[in-house]
Order: sequence, then C-alpha cells, then structure tokens
Amino acid sequence: MKAKIAAAPYLLWAALFIVIPMGLVGYYAVTDANGAFTLDNFAQGMHFAPVIGSSVWLAIIATALCLLIAYPLAYLISRKSFNHQRTLVLLVMLPMWMNFLLRTYAWMTLLENNGVTNRLLGLIGLGPYEMINTQGAVILGMVYNYLPFMILPLYSVMTKIEPFLMEAASDLGCSPGEALRRVVLPLSMPGIATGITMVFVPSVSTFVISVMLGGGSFMLIGDLIEMQFLGNAYNPHLGAALSLVLMMILLICMALTDMFSNPEEKEGLLL
Amino acid sequence: MTKRQNSLLSNLYIFVVMAFLYVPILVMIVYSFNTSKSRGAFLGFTTKWYLELFQNESILSALANTLIVAVVSSVIATLLGTAAAIGIRAMKKRNRDLIMNFTYLPVMSPEIVMGVSLMLLFVLFRIDFSLFTVIAAHITFNVPYIILSVMPKLRQMDQHLYEAAMDLGCTPFQAFIKVMLPEIMPGIITGFLIAFTFSLDDFNISYFVSGERAQTLPVLIYSMTRKRVSPEINALSAIIFLVVLTVLILTNVNDVRKEKQMQKGGRRG
Repeated sequence: MKAKIAAAPYLLWAALFIVIPMGLVGYYAVTDANGAFTLDNFAQGMHFAPVIGSSVWLAIIATALCLLIAYPLAYLISRKSFNHQRTLVLLVMLPMWMNFLLRTYAWMTLLENNGVTNRLLGLIGLGPYEMINTQGAVILGMVYNYLPFMILPLYSVMTKIEPFLMEAASDLGCSPGEALRRVVLPLSMPGIATGITMVFVPSVSTFVISVMLGGGSFMLIGDLIEMQFLGNAYNPHLGAALSLVLMMILLICMALTDMFSNPEEKEGLLL
Repeated sequence: MTKRQNSLLSNLYIFVVMAFLYVPILVMIVYSFNTSKSRGAFLGFTTKWYLELFQNESILSALANTLIVAVVSSVIATLLGTAAAIGIRAMKKRNRDLIMNFTYLPVMSPEIVMGVSLMLLFVLFRIDFSLFTVIAAHITFNVPYIILSVMPKLRQMDQHLYEAAMDLGCTPFQAFIKVMLPEIMPGIITGFLIAFTFSLDDFNISYFVSGERAQTLPVLIYSMTRKRVSPEINALSAIIFLVVLTVLILTNVNDVRKEKQMQKGGRRG
C-alpha cells in the first residue's frame, strides 16, 4: 500500500520542529558559549537544587490537593442522573476555556493586601492577612487552574463504573466504605494516573503562577528556565541543561503513574 | 446517616467546589464595572473599561493575531494530522507503535521545553519572530491532537469497506473521499476543535516565539498583568467568559436536540 506516504509530511514537519529543536536543547546543554563540550551547565544547575526541589514539592502538594478535592467530586457527579451529569461536567469545563492568565489574575484581585478577601475579613474585624506572595498562594493558583484536569479524567472512568457493581459488593457484605475501597478505587486507577500527570506536569513547569501569585519571591524551575532565555540572566546553555532536568523529573513522574494505565486507555482519556 | 442527609451532603460538596471554581470569575466580572482603578474598593458603576478596551489598539491587534494564528494553524494541523493518521495506520505494527509513541512526546512534555526548543531553532537559523514563527509553533503542538483523535476512528472503521469501494471501480482517491472520509469525519472535527481552542488559549509556547510584533492575546495579557493594574483585563475576562458560556450553551442545546431526534428515530425503527 502506498498510503504510508501520507504520513511523510508530518514526519518531515516533526523532524524539523520537534527533533531538531530538541536536539538543539541537548546540544546547548552540553556545550559552553564557544561550542566546546562541557558538563559545567549541569554542575551550575545543581546550585539551583533548592529551587528544583521546591518546584517538585509545591507541584506534589498541588497535585495531592487536586486529587483530594476532585476524587469525591468526580464520584458524586458520576452518580447523578444523566442530565445533571452533563450540566455539572460542563460547569467543570467552562473555566478551562478562560485563559489561565485571566484566572490567575482574578486571584490577585482576591488575595491582595487591600484586596477583596482582606476587606471582607476586615468587616468582621479580622486581618489584614498577608496572603499574596506566599507559597500558599502559589499552591492555590496551581490547584485552581489545574483542578478540572483532575476532575475530568476521574469522572470519565467513574461514569463507566456500573451502579450494580456497588450493589453486588454490598449484597456480598461490604460496607459502603469497603465497597468504595475495593470496587471504585481499583477501577478508577487509570483516571487517577492520568489526572496526576495532567496536574503535575503543568504545575511543576509553570513560570507564570509563581510570578503572579508568588511575587517573584518563590522561584520555580520554570522561572529559572525562562530567565535564561528571555530574562536578564541570558544563558541558553544553562537554560537548556535545566530544561533537560525538568524533562527527567517528568519522565520519572510518568514512569511512576504509567504503572496504573495502558496506552490504549490513555488515548481515550486525553481527549 | 439517612439517604436524604447523604444526598444533601453530596450536593453541598458539589456546590462548595463549584463556588471555588466560579467565585474568582464572578468577582472579576463585578470589578469590570468598578469606577476605581484600584482592585480593592468598589466605588461605583461604570462601563468605561469596556469602551477603553475597544479603543485599545494593541489589544485589538493582539486579538486579530490570535484569531489568524488559531485559524491558520488548526487548519494546517488538521490536514497534516489526518494524512499522518492514515499513513501511520497503513504501517507495520512495529513502526506504527514507534511513531505513535513519538507523537505522544509533545503532548506529554512540558510546554516550556517545547517553547524554548523552538526559540533556539528560530534564533539559530536567524528567523525573525513573526506570525509565521507563532503559526509554525502552534501547528507543531496541535498536530498530535489531530492524530490522536483521528486514529481511533480509523481503528473502528471496517478496513474492507475501502477495498470494497476500489473493487467496485473507485480510484483510491474516490474511495478515500466517498468511503473513508465520512467514517473518520467526527474524529477530524473533534481534533480540529481541540486544536483551535488550544491555539486560542496558548501562552506558554507563544511567549517564547512571538517577539514584540506578533503578540497574541494571552502574551499581551501577561505583559499587562506585569506592568500595572489594568481594569481593562477584567472587562476582557467578562467578555471572554460570556462568549465561552454562549458557545457552550448553544452547542449543548444542539447536542440535546440531536439526541432527542435520535431517540425518536430509534423508537420508530
């Protein structure tokens, strides 16, 4: 069959705009400004180990919070009637269509020192509290922006769990809690895996939420990379090395979550 | 706990999470009518920010850029991706799996890495940042989504239909138009819509390849949030929210209507 040729333009495109650019990142990461081979960039990158560590830590907290909030929600939605499910899922998706910069900006309004929340608290004699420019604010921004990415894959696996499975479990002597643990939890594993990746990846690599809600005082690895390419600290070699470190972190995360799901299922969940 | 208490609690939980999702957006819409430039106090009602928004030339040109990039890149990505899916489907299993794994790469890798890698490419080959670089970048991150949404449709399709059409005298091209295309059309449309919305929404990649002249709306919004407090952003958000809400309600109503028709048809048949 000659149909294979139809893939040629895509392969050419991918070679030009994915393979070569990624190759360049790899090349820049192991060379200095004169083009000589060096591992200095990685050594330099290690100076920023605390930044990398705190990015991973904040992303883990945000992902865990998303899972905690989203899991019960997805389950409750999946047990509603068909029409209610449709409306609720739509409500979950609606904020995703607003640009995340606008959503993050909204939280700036809410959290500022003379912002809405502090004014409301002031009315009942509390505060003002320092809320913006804290780690908490950065985590809040991540949770708020990426919560739908956790809810939707969880919902899409849970809505496929037939109610009679739960009934069967309770007929066989399971308490509702046990039925949840032994029936719903194992069946929702692929959704959990997808949700974790979809929240963790953008959280650990963000360079915007930290600037807008952390006031630049909590640098994340994304900010570091951005600074090396567009900021004052222009050094694409270090930036490339840090990008590779970020990729490694994500590969580890994916390898961990991949144990729960197979690729065929992933395809359906992504869309 | 009784069943009623149970459902009350579950509704309360849903309500609280929804409130979390929507309160910031509602506050922003309220503040888009605030006379005061400060984000704190609500001093009075005004629509001046909306008027200023429509007179702000940089916002209007960024909006135009965003639309051009979204349309051009999603159309090209759809063509490239659909052809690629058909080609990949025709390959041997080993090559197919290899290329599909490779296709996942941009989907799963962080956007900032794709952004800087494309930036390095354009800088190294001295290609000035322009709408073309932005469009090329958007095509690159959009093609995988087309492939991933067309592929399942190809897999579901009966392979023999295409061969049957050729046996009955169709040229390969005719067989493609008359048999294959209608079968995979839903996947192509889904892919196109995903690509289009991702393109409209993208910041992380555009930021690195747009430069000063080809700013898209999200890139401009970012520079606005960094420079000063600007109530026009609130007005912009309110408008975008309203547009999205309308589109979603319309498509949803349409879906419901179609489903009802199908149910009726099903009963008759």
